[in-house]
Amino acid sequence: MKPVDTVAGTMVSLPQADIDTDQIIPQKHLKRIERTGYGEFLFDYWANDQPDFTLNDPARAKAKALITGPNFGCGSSREHAVWAIRDRGFEVVVGPSFADIFSGNAVNNGLLLVQLPEAAVNELHDIAIDPDATVHVSLEDQEVRAGDRVWKFEIDPEVKRRLLAGLDMVGVTLEYEDAISAYERQ
Amino acid sequence: MTKTLFDKVWDSHVVVEAERTLLYVDLHLVHEVTSPQAFAGLQEAGRTVRRPDLTFATVDHAVPTEGRSLGIRDPLSKKQVDTLRQNCANHGVELFDIDDPRQGIVHVVGPELGLTQPGSVIVCGDSHTSTHGAFGALAFGIGTSEVEHVLATQTLWQARPKTMALEVEGHLPTGVSAKDLILGIIATHGVGMGRGHVIEYRGKAVESLSMEERMTVANMSIEAGARAGMIAPDQTTISYLEGKPRSPAGTDWDEAVARWSELATDPGAEFDSVKSVDASSLEPHVTWGINPGQATSINGEVPSPDSFDDPVQRETASRALEYMGLAAGTAISDIPIDHVFIGSCTNSRLEDLRKAARLLNGHSVKSGVSAVVVPGSMQVKAAAEAEGLDKTFKAAGFAWRDAGCSSCLAMNPDVIPAGERCASTSNRNYEGRQGKGARTHLVSPEMAVAAAVEGHFVDVRNWE
Repeated sequence: MKPVDTVAGTMVSLPQADIDTDQIIPQKHLKRIERTGYGEFLFDYWANDQPDFTLNDPARAKAKALITGPNFGCGSSREHAVWAIRDRGFEVVVGPSFADIFSGNAVNNGLLLVQLPEAAVNELHDIAIDPDATVHVSLEDQEVRAGDRVWKFEIDPEVKRRLLAGLDMVGVTLEYEDAISAYERQ
Repeated sequence: MTKTLFDKVWDSHVVVEAERTLLYVDLHLVHEVTSPQAFAGLQEAGRTVRRPDLTFATVDHAVPTEGRSLGIRDPLSKKQVDTLRQNCANHGVELFDIDDPRQGIVHVVGPELGLTQPGSVIVCGDSHTSTHGAFGALAFGIGTSEVEHVLATQTLWQARPKTMALEVEGHLPTGVSAKDLILGIIATHGVGMGRGHVIEYRGKAVESLSMEERMTVANMSIEAGARAGMIAPDQTTISYLEGKPRSPAGTDWDEAVARWSELATDPGAEFDSVKSVDASSLEPHVTWGINPGQATSINGEVPSPDSFDDPVQRETASRALEYMGLAAGTAISDIPIDHVFIGSCTNSRLEDLRKAARLLNGHSVKSGVSAVVVPGSMQVKAAAEAEGLDKTFKAAGFAWRDAGCSSCLAMNPDVIPAGERCASTSNRNYEGRQGKGARTHLVSPEMAVAAAVEGHFVDVRNWE
């Protein structure tokens, strides 16, 4: 897995609360057996139904940061949601809170989730109205910069370590073979 | 030291304690949609399935529920199912395939075979794995990378979640179901209430639920945002599991029962948080919006977005009304429906079908309404047919199908058309969940049957 450190780029703002993974990647795109190729179907139903949907804006095509509302990624465990976000070029999602399974899937795919207080996220939504406005996120420094604003963020040290190192967790766990075998014998 | 049910299960599965806990997995359930990439990753790295004997697979998400002799017509779904068959054959994993009498929804199959057992850690690449928590197991959904990790190591790195006691006070009134209880809990406390937590459902009302009702409640823990939901095992649990094909037998059974009897939360054990709901004040629920928390009583009305103080909730309600094509102030009982779906891992077990059939007996589905029953497993289907329930459903105008997830997520041909309205016993009313543009109202099986007959929602408590 590719290590994650800094992300710098433009933003897409999706401020709604409780965006579920069915919206992020609708069911009809879960039929493939590959891990890649989901980017074009990101928010497929919304993108199809709403011509002015923000992801349809060519000026946002190269955005790297998704700014969201609370409880982002709730619902289905489908990892395809994270694959679609990564495939589309997003490297970081910033929001007030994230659903549990989605958070686990993100770290396993090198997608950085940054949790900031709602007021800070709201400021980012405002800044992101300008399609050229950029955000700079440093995982090492645990810092988000946009416009003339700087926010520090908290992150689980283990998540940080794994993202910075780009760890293959299966490989790490297999180092504990003796402990697993011992557990099985007890 | 006093411990909660969760603490006991967690503590007995610790393999390594480091920055995270390496937790041992007793049962890994697999299905066709979230596993192909995991098996592929395993193979690319030259790894094998560590414990095929603890891994079981079925096909449920994308399989057709009629015309199975014709095979799977969708080429992508067929490839997914074929891939699972190949992976199971390559790695020695037992598969309950489409023609197996044990095939069905993974969360129906596990319990009815006795694979699901109290005190165990159970995972599956599906968020409704929380269902198995009804037995006092720690059961949670995982992503595909984690599926690969479990296949290779039979373990998972986990941060210890927080615990929440959900105290259900009083008793459910007659005509108010387990589905109404969990919808009522989520409507009261919100879809994010359980984030980062494992919920233990407690109280006399929970103890008096049948095993199948407990599964309905635990199933929707994920809709409350929780990592998992648990209910302490008791005599109801033990009676359910006794004699199941994969339950322990002989002296192993006696030992298992003794072990399971120690699992309940110790008196005085502390939870990180406590929430409550008064069961005796609950009424049959219907969702009006686009998340399971947007629900109200059958005697209520579609709320006005302005009635929400929180601006985020107001915005969500406004979007919901637009998507659902509903006007604020509409009585829930005035909402007409086009489809009825009885099925899903929430409400497709024998008891659900019995309750629905009992209410339906002698009535007919309203002209213009399309109504379908999709039993949760082929075993449920066979048991229902042995009791003649299929005859009741078919005589009333319901279609009677083979087992699978079906219209709950519409990955198979059972798609609800855009703009049409479905009374559904499933668990998610998200936009597009039952098909692009489809409008879902979540209800209990009893409420679904009454709606099928009347063509709109009615209060089952005074309907016949």
